[in-house]
This record gives sequence, structure tokens and C-alpha cells, in this order.
Amino acid sequence: MEGNIAQLGQYIGAGLAAIGSGVAAVGVGNVAGNFLSGALRNPSAAAGQTATLFIGIAFAEALGIFAFLVSLLLMFAV
Amino acid sequence: MISLLQEAATTVVEQSQGAAAASEHGGATAQAAAAAGEASAPGMPQLNFDTFPNQIFWLAISLVVLYWVLSKIALPRIAAVISDRQGAITGDLMAAEEFKQRAKDAEAAYDKALAEARGEAGKIVAANRAEIQKELDAAIAHADAEIAARVSESEKRIREIRDSAQADARQVAREVTAQLVETFGGQVDQGAVDQAVDNRMERALQ
Amino acid sequence: MASDTEKETGLVFHPMQQFEVSPLFGDGPVHWYTPTNVTLWMAIAVLAITALMVLGTRGRAIVPNRLQSVAELAYGMIHKMVEDVAGKDGLKYFPYIMTLFMFIVFGNMLGLLPKSFTVTSHVAVTGVLALAVFISVTTIGFLKNGTAFLGLFWVTSAPLVLRPVLALIELISYFVRPVSHSVRLAGNMMAGHAVIKVFAGFSAIAVISPLSILAVTAMFGLELLVAFIQAYVFTILTCVYLKDALHPSH
Repeated sequence: MEGNIAQLGQYIGAGLAAIGSGVAAVGVGNVAGNFLSGALRNPSAAAGQTATLFIGIAFAEALGIFAFLVSLLLMFAV
Repeated sequence: MISLLQEAATTVVEQSQGAAAASEHGGATAQAAAAAGEASAPGMPQLNFDTFPNQIFWLAISLVVLYWVLSKIALPRIAAVISDRQGAITGDLMAAEEFKQRAKDAEAAYDKALAEARGEAGKIVAANRAEIQKELDAAIAHADAEIAARVSESEKRIREIRDSAQADARQVAREVTAQLVETFGGQVDQGAVDQAVDNRMERALQ
Repeated sequence: MASDTEKETGLVFHPMQQFEVSPLFGDGPVHWYTPTNVTLWMAIAVLAITALMVLGTRGRAIVPNRLQSVAELAYGMIHKMVEDVAGKDGLKYFPYIMTLFMFIVFGNMLGLLPKSFTVTSHVAVTGVLALAVFISVTTIGFLKNGTAFLGLFWVTSAPLVLRPVLALIELISYFVRPVSHSVRLAGNMMAGHAVIKVFAGFSAIAVISPLSILAVTAMFGLELLVAFIQAYVFTILTCVYLKDALHPSH
């Protein structure tokens, strides 16, 4: 471990990349929260839009997963 | 447009070539990584390109089997079951509707029959009543006539009795009066005595 | 890295070990035909789906039993999704989409069993699934609409100056589709399983172990949800792509 500057950078980078997962969580919460506020305003239209909700969540989630993937790659694959 | 299409096609080809190259390259690196990984880290099994052909081969087999099972057996069967159920529900609903209609018809027929029967009964009752009234009237008239006859007969008899009684009483009164007059030493004038007795009796009877 | 942690703290972290492809019999190299744990779990998934969809509906009952209700529920859900998203003419491809959905949902769910192997956590598997969707959808698009399919990239509602730029962006996003499509599924599966494994690793410390078990339980519940939602999302995105191919005008 000692003196291995490359591994140090690898771990720091992995940790930084993992922040992206948290930011994606904010995005997902934003999507779901906005959907809920819209659904409460017009509950009759909400049922038809759950598919859109899931697509939106999936897109927001995917970028967080990419960040997580980068961190995993840094940890294990590089 | 066509140039774009060609471009897209070449891109796909390039991509596939690139992927092939990448897999070769990746295989080499993965082997290197595996060799290195023996000592230190396990690495990411997802990026171990050695196992890719194996996974893809078995995935293709699984998907083909699954697609065959689903498209040939399961999905048509489920579709048939669902449409059967839909048909059964629709049929039942229609049958129920028909039964309802039939029940309504039956009720209407029953109501009609009831009304007819009621009318008939009313008619019969009225006819009977009229008949009975007629008979009754006849009976009453007959009874009235009989009563009247009896009454007149009775009156006649009473009158006869009264007349006879009157005659008897007059006879008795005349005799008694003649006797009394004779007893008191009077001269019996039969005509005068009768006259007097009749007068007195007329007055008494009045 | 794991061995270092092991030496220093006594903790054992092998979050990635569960994803390793290993032969079922012996320790030989993994050739393309070798029966591996991938084979085993794919076969289990296929058998489970067959049991549900074929044996479950064996009775063809008008009033379904439990298994048949589940099978009909899955059928109805995907059928409605294809019809709603891709339109009536998308129903022709319904068996294919149903195959994808059932395979992914069973792969995800079976992967949650302890000691199991998650086939859908591998980019190789999801990549093939996504590429199959991508290639078939593109082919359908060109076969159905000819060159009019390229209108998908030419946004007529935008100002003329912006259209080439938008076309480039659309083109890039179109080709990124299979990547995000596959990495989303594999990443979600891998991430959840790895996190469960990490939490489970912490239970080696006696003080933390109750908390760790609680965390594993919570993560497991979340993963059940994620396993279903990711299968749903994969399927609905397939439907969206199919809709783009069938009706390329925006």
C-alpha cells in the first residue's frame, strides 16, 4: 500500500465518482416528487402517466448507475 | 438520405469490427488482469471477456427456447383463456339480460292474467249478485203475497170470529135483556128489545 | 484491495465474487460451450417461466387458480404496455417483448436468492439483449418506413438552422441507446447485489452485525422492487424504441 500513488488516486477517484450516485438520487427524488405534486393536482390523469414516471426515473437512475459503474471500474478493473 | 443510410450502415459495420477488436483486445487484457489478479484483486467478472462467448451462447439458447415456448404454447393459450373468459362473461351477461327480459314478460303476462281474472271474477260476482237479487226479489214478492194472503185470510177469520162473537153476544144480550124484562114483569116486545140492544152495542163497539 | 483490507481489519469483502462465471463441472477453462453457472441459472429461469406460463395455465380455467392468475397478470400487463406505448401494430412483436420481460424479471428475481448467480448483472447478457432490441428495431424501422425512418433524426418542428445540430444529437443518442439500455440493467443489478454483499461483510464485527443484518434486509426489499422495476423499464423502453421505429414522425 505504501507509496503506491496510482492506487491512492484510483480510490480517491472511485470515491468521487460515487458522489454521482447521490446526485442521481436527488434527480430521482425530483422526478418522483414532481410527479406526485402533479398527480395530486390532477389525480384522474395520474394513472395514465405512471409509465412516463418509470421512464423518467429510469433515465435519472441510469446516470447514477453510470457514476457507480465508473467507481466500480476504478476500484476493481483499472 | 441514401448517403446517410450508407453512413449508418458503415457505422454499424465499423462498430461491430470495433467490438470484435475490443473483445480480442479485452480478452488479452483480461488474461493479463487475471494473471495479475491471482496475486492481488479479484477484478470485475463482468469485464472478463473470456467468458463472453460462453454467456452469449447460453443466452441465445435460453432466449430461443423461451421464445419458442412462449410464442407457441403459453401465449396463445393465455390469449385463448382470456378471450374465452371474455366471451363467457359477455355470453352470461347476454343470457342474464335475456332472462331478465323473460322474467319481465312473465310478470307482465301474470299481471295481465291477474287483471283478467279479477275482471272475470267481478263480472261473475255481479251476475251472481243480480241473479240472487232477482231470486231474492221474487222470493220477497212471493213471501209478501203469501203474507198478504195469510193476513187477509186471518182478517177474514178474525172478522168472522168477531162477527159470530158479535152475533152471539147480541143473541145473548137480547135473550138476557128479554129475560130481565120478563123477570121484572114487563111485556116483552121483541122488536124494541132488539132495537135497544143493537143501539147499546153499536155505541159500545164504537 | 480486498486482501489488504482483510489483513488490516479482519473484514472480508468480496462483493464481486458472486458475479464470477465458473464451470459447473471441474475447474477447466471457460470455453463457449462449457456448461457454467450461467447455463444453470438461465436454465432455471427458463424452466421457472415455463412452469408458470405453461404448467400454471394447464387447466385453461375460466376461473383461474393462483398460478394462472399470475401468468395472466403478466400477460395482461405486457400486452397493455405494448398496445399503449407502441400502438396496435406493435402487438405483432408482443411475444418477443414478453420473452424479454419474462427472462429479465426471472433473471433478476432468481438472482436475489442467496448463493445464486445473477445472469442479468452481466454486461455480456444485457448487452446482447439490448443489441438484439436495437438491431431488430432499426431493421423494423427501415423495413416499415424505408428512408422515411431517417425522419426520426430530422426534427421538422425545430428551426431550419438548428436541424443539422439536432440531427447529430439525435443520431448520437440513437446509437447510445443500446449502451444505456444494457448498462442500466446490468449496473442496477450489480450495484444492488454488491451493496448487499458489502453490508453482509460488515456483519463479521459483532457490534455492527445487527445493524448490518437490518441493512441487508432493507436492501433486499429495495432490490426486490428494483428487480421488477428494471425489468419493467427495460421492457417499456423496448416498446418506446419500437414505437419510434413504427411511427418515426415525432
